[in-house]
Amino acid sequence: MNFVTHRFPMIHRMNFSVCRFALMVFVTTALSMPLLAAESKPDGGASEDMDVMHHILDAHTLDFEPFGEIHLPKFPPVQIGGLTIDLSPTRHVVMMWIACAVLLIVMLSVASSYQKSKGKAPKGVANMIEAVIMFIRDDIAKPNLGHHYERFLPYLLTAFFFILFCNLLGLIPFAATATSNIAVTLTLALFTFVITQYAGIRENGIGGWLAHLTGGAPPALWLIMIPVEIVSLFVKPFALTMRLFANMTAGHIVIIVLISLIFIFKSFVIAPISVALTLAIYGLELFVAFMQAYLFTVLSSVFIGIAMEHGHGEEHAH
Amino acid sequence: MTTLFALLVLEGGLLSPNPGLIFWTFLTFLILLFVLRATAWKPIVGALNEREKSIQEAIDRAEQAKAEAEKILAENKAMLAKAEREADRIIQESKVAAEKLRADITEKAKAESRKMIDDAKAEITVEKQRALIALRDEVADLAVKGAEMIIRHNLNAETHKNIIASVLSDMPSIQPEAVEK
Repeated sequence: MNFVTHRFPMIHRMNFSVCRFALMVFVTTALSMPLLAAESKPDGGASEDMDVMHHILDAHTLDFEPFGEIHLPKFPPVQIGGLTIDLSPTRHVVMMWIACAVLLIVMLSVASSYQKSKGKAPKGVANMIEAVIMFIRDDIAKPNLGHHYERFLPYLLTAFFFILFCNLLGLIPFAATATSNIAVTLTLALFTFVITQYAGIRENGIGGWLAHLTGGAPPALWLIMIPVEIVSLFVKPFALTMRLFANMTAGHIVIIVLISLIFIFKSFVIAPISVALTLAIYGLELFVAFMQAYLFTVLSSVFIGIAMEHGHGEEHAH
Repeated sequence: MTTLFALLVLEGGLLSPNPGLIFWTFLTFLILLFVLRATAWKPIVGALNEREKSIQEAIDRAEQAKAEAEKILAENKAMLAKAEREADRIIQESKVAAEKLRADITEKAKAESRKMIDDAKAEITVEKQRALIALRDEVADLAVKGAEMIIRHNLNAETHKNIIASVLSDMPSIQPEAVEK
């Protein structure tokens, strides 16, 4: 308390107009916050507490403020051709591994519970996971992929639960959201992209895949259609990448900004408002965590389903 | 603006994918995909499919049993109806047969009785003839005896012959062959 009053004398002049002002500037602050933080970073000092980007970006440390931090091991960069890759694990890699470990433990225990209680009704976690799996199978995979759904079900399930667990892990204090890193979402979207093309080529053959690029238009229009189709080919994974990344990042920025309001106004009075708003956003984030995992899975299956569609006038080869 | 650009796009920025992280994500996700596919999705989805199948089978079996029971019921009903019809037919037939038998017997009895009556009538006629013949013989004898007595008293052949003839003609006429007999 002494520390706060000493450093932030404004606390003595706190009144309700500040509260009103806080609500008014909330949106603007939320938008300008990353810039403020970055610009003031070189100066260090008082504004260090408000460094939003520090919380959002990847780093080679695990932060447990105020209990200190763990420095992750750093390997020398690997040179592959003209590309230098730093393979040392970062915060997001560690979070991803933690999410994977939790996911593996949950799924293996569920799978073993099925082995143990064969033919009986599922209970507890198995029941919950089963409902989700049934939903993905019956409401995502089957309507979009038809009778081929079984081939792609493992990927859809893995993507859904991986994204969900990463998203949820990011909501735990001191943890970070791997899915708010564009490299992670880009890789996931690449998986969907590769599987989509594989599905299209497997179903329609190379010829069918190339014919798909012409969009079924007459040859005179190919000059226009082929670039458009190629762009649309890459727009899909790009949209997947950006949607997941932006959604997971935005929510966290808003939460950090709301908490930072306390430090911006250098006042404890603003704290209840910040906490209330943060709680609301936190609830929304819980929903978004499921929502984005669902969306990624749905869109992946839709893209795969579209790629598997047979071209017009082609015979059904089965 | 330049700060925003640096913040987002330059190395370590929000929008610049880190190749190392891409590598780790790729590896992690690939391993996760294969491990989960083998150890989790296969048994879980398999168990779900199996359970669905067993439920479907149970429903199918129940449906089949119901259909079978209905079929048997229908068969029973049909058999019952058939048996009823058969019984009706048998009763009807036996009624007709009985009626016919009764008529036959009555007819036969009537014929029998008629024949007996006819026989009796014939017999009566014969007996009557025989009686008449006997009576005639008797009468002839008596007449002869009477004539004998008359002759003994008054032998006038011509006169007496006329008397006898007149006596005879007064008697009820008889068949000539019967008379000759």
